[in-house]
Amino acid sequence: MEAYLFYIMAAVAVVSAVYLIFEKNPVYSILYLVMILISIAVLYLLLGAQFIAAVQIIVYAGAIMVLFLFVVMLLNLSAKEELKDALSFQKIPAIVMGIVLLSAIGIILRSKIPLGKQGEYTSAYVHDVGNTQLIGKLLFTKYLLPFEITSILLFIAAIGAIILAKRK
Amino acid sequence: MDKEFFIYVLISCIKILIVFGVIQFMIISMIWIERKVMAHMQVRLGPMRVGPHGLLQPIADGIKLLFKEDIIPERADKLLFVLAPAMSLVPALITFAVIPFGDKVQIFGYSVDLVITDINIGFLYIFAVGSLGIYGIVMAGWASNNKYSLLGGIRASAQMISYELTLGISLIGVIMLTGSLSLVDIVNAQAKLWNIVLQPVGFFIYAISALAEVNRTPFDLPEAESELVAGYHTEYSSMKFAMFFMAEYANMITVSAIAVTFFLGGWQGPFLPPVAWFMIKLSCCLFCFIWLRSTYPRLRYDQLMHLGWKFLLPLSLLNILITGLVMVLKG
Repeated sequence: MEAYLFYIMAAVAVVSAVYLIFEKNPVYSILYLVMILISIAVLYLLLGAQFIAAVQIIVYAGAIMVLFLFVVMLLNLSAKEELKDALSFQKIPAIVMGIVLLSAIGIILRSKIPLGKQGEYTSAYVHDVGNTQLIGKLLFTKYLLPFEITSILLFIAAIGAIILAKRK
Repeated sequence: MDKEFFIYVLISCIKILIVFGVIQFMIISMIWIERKVMAHMQVRLGPMRVGPHGLLQPIADGIKLLFKEDIIPERADKLLFVLAPAMSLVPALITFAVIPFGDKVQIFGYSVDLVITDINIGFLYIFAVGSLGIYGIVMAGWASNNKYSLLGGIRASAQMISYELTLGISLIGVIMLTGSLSLVDIVNAQAKLWNIVLQPVGFFIYAISALAEVNRTPFDLPEAESELVAGYHTEYSSMKFAMFFMAEYANMITVSAIAVTFFLGGWQGPFLPPVAWFMIKLSCCLFCFIWLRSTYPRLRYDQLMHLGWKFLLPLSLLNILITGLVMVLKG
């Protein structure tokens, strides 16, 4: 059952990703991106990471993508305006890098995946304590410093955005 | 094992059908109540012709809308134009999956929780689903290919993003007091004292943000008829228009149910059965929506943004801070 759900959601994500790139209309591209984000949220749920799944939808699908949509609608980009490719020199390197990526994936698929030692947080333990509770606890004990540094980074970014917007 | 699973699925399906049916019924009756209450507040009679005191008016409206011609504008984006009403209605309905509307009951020897599903991220689920509701409105505005619709859609996206933030933060005080994200735990924790007593500021912020989140007067800028014809649903007709209408009412019921669950003790109450208490509290909240609509004029756009970002957001953050401080001091 879970395996089938995984294949379905993974297929939805990959197909949406392909459409996202080939779609001419930016509004449709955004909606395909939302579909990718939601199907990945379902994959998180299948892995037992409910918190990440919910946050993925709240933050990415619910807030950031709506802002994207807002900007696209304000600029009123339409499919008819052929967007000029400003970075046309990228084409050949992109193809080369794509081939490298595909071969790397091929090598990984053919080789055995090394399994490490089982960690402290088994899925049974996480299920017992609760996913959100564990993340909260770890963020404010073991990973307090990185967590606070991240918050300062985000704070600086927010200030920067306000200064840039106020400049004119 | 297999039989148990089968019964679980069966009970869940029945619960979903009942909840869905009740919400549909409430939407229909809300339309009549809103027209009637507003009419009496404005010293009118309201609908009187169809049935006694116009009771059958919603059914007449429904039949009328069903038989209206379904117009899709020539230059509209057909796919999104058709999808948009469904995209705004579905999130409003599926939020109810985690809202507890009664205590455990025994039916044919099986103990049934009166909540469709109790998940330990209930709070996050509500906001995850709620944050998707905006796509329907924005898509409707864009796909109609009409400048009034587009303006309505843009306004809706800005407004809903701004107020979603305060909506979420206003509830964090309750989460801190309860120590759980599950809505069943939140209701159980209010057996003695409702959260509105402990979190009056939180409730105040939630009420305003919820009003803005469902685009009701005085925050109905996305469909302001004096400036934008009808906003994002200007081009919609027939059942598609009815679906937007239903989505608005479904959203109202949803945010009211969340308010009841988080602040007003959920189904807790003496004498009457729990489900009755839940419905009474829900009805009171819904009545307030109508009351506010016939009392306040619409805000100006800059007032809306100032209220959200410069007043409600700092206030809700302060609320969290003070809640935390009091909790630490009390131990």
